[in-house]
Amino acid sequence: MSFEPKIVGILCNWCSYTGADLAGTSRKKYAPNVRIVRVMCSGRVEPQFVLKAFKQGADGVLICGCHIGDCHYQDGNKKTARRMPLLKKMLSQFGIEDERIRLEWVSASEGDRFAAIVNEMTEQVRKLGPYNANGGAANG
Amino acid sequence: MAKPKLAIYWAAACGGCDVAILDTNEKILDIANLCDIVLWPIAADFKYHHIEAMKDKEIDLCLWNGAVRNTEQAELAKLLRAKSKVLVAFGACAILGGIPALANFTTRDEILQRAYVEAESNANDAKTLPQTKTTVKEGELELPELFDTVQTLAQVVDVEYFVPGCPPPVDIILKLVDLYATNKLPKPGAILAANKTCCDDCDRIKEEKKVKKFYRPHEIITDPKKCLLEQGIICCGPATRGGCGMRCVKANMPCRGCFGPPDGVADQGAKMLSAIASIYQGETPEEINKMLEEVVDPAGTFYRFGMADSMLKRKRLHKS
Repeated sequence: MSFEPKIVGILCNWCSYTGADLAGTSRKKYAPNVRIVRVMCSGRVEPQFVLKAFKQGADGVLICGCHIGDCHYQDGNKKTARRMPLLKKMLSQFGIEDERIRLEWVSASEGDRFAAIVNEMTEQVRKLGPYNANGGAANG
Repeated sequence: MAKPKLAIYWAAACGGCDVAILDTNEKILDIANLCDIVLWPIAADFKYHHIEAMKDKEIDLCLWNGAVRNTEQAELAKLLRAKSKVLVAFGACAILGGIPALANFTTRDEILQRAYVEAESNANDAKTLPQTKTTVKEGELELPELFDTVQTLAQVVDVEYFVPGCPPPVDIILKLVDLYATNKLPKPGAILAANKTCCDDCDRIKEEKKVKKFYRPHEIITDPKKCLLEQGIICCGPATRGGCGMRCVKANMPCRGCFGPPDGVADQGAKMLSAIASIYQGETPEEINKMLEEVVDPAGTFYRFGMADSMLKRKRLHKS
């Protein structure tokens, strides 16, 4: 059976979740591999959430928020814009590829773009293969 | 009534925890009066077979320092667990993996290659690596086998109490002895330190946390009265349990996180990363890249002690 990546999408309530909703209501076809979790702001996405997603079997994590300047809470996404690159740098030390974590700004009108991002990421992660943590348990 | 029996064991550790027990100074005599020491490899000549000969739960209190990273340590952990009524994970390595757990960023084979083949000071032309079994003319010799992954004590056996610190401060050691002697030990699972963070204990002046540049400790002379983080030094206080007496910060060095995560935090490193990125001032791609350069070794900095106890526990062993 071919490998179907599991991608956790963490979307902000105000722009990106609405954008994903638009993709649905306008009948856009996109990969069913993303499992969407709605949060109030991309600034709520703690690096812990990303680690937990990987720990519990995700092959990739997609974080979407409002474009810079559009944040419902002024600067929540600005913090995310700093956290995620630093998290990626750190996870590269854990042997986790860059393409498994993706941060994108998706506005409420960008249904097309959301669908395109999900499709592109699904293909990238499919090429990388399953995440396979091998953490902790393997001790030989 | 017979005195309670005390065992102290070291596994993957530096010996500093044993020294911390000796640092109780004259109180060590009280401990010696209060208890019969039945095992303490750094100070007394008891053998493993003395422990094996004991009945189950015959040892009243066992202080275990060090992480578990080879078969001997895992075997002793199981043995001492079986023979002890109360097993205490003593110090950062036993609780979190500590400095030895930084080995989780590499593998057993890489470690052996580096230590026995590549290291510049080696004279090992035959490229001999330690073997678990070696036959010599006197017979077969056996060495413990090194694991790929350093583990905490609680990942190997059940543990009653946790005494954090690298090494545990004397006042917490004495508190443990006192609680034990007066039969007032808390519910099993308790961590004998504060529930709040280091920052909560810190008496440096804290203002608004807005950092334009991160410095490594050797790059800047800091103001000893002001918050180190606000001066651009990465101080792990915000994501570290308090109760340590602020030994590092009082010596003008940043907190490295040896007390582990406070209550409610599952992953100390991720939480610290989040704090560091939040307080940095800059939003353009150039400014964000500058931050990435200034945080030279994020995994090593944020998981300096906590690697084995973290969510991911180690670098991925095999890429898919």
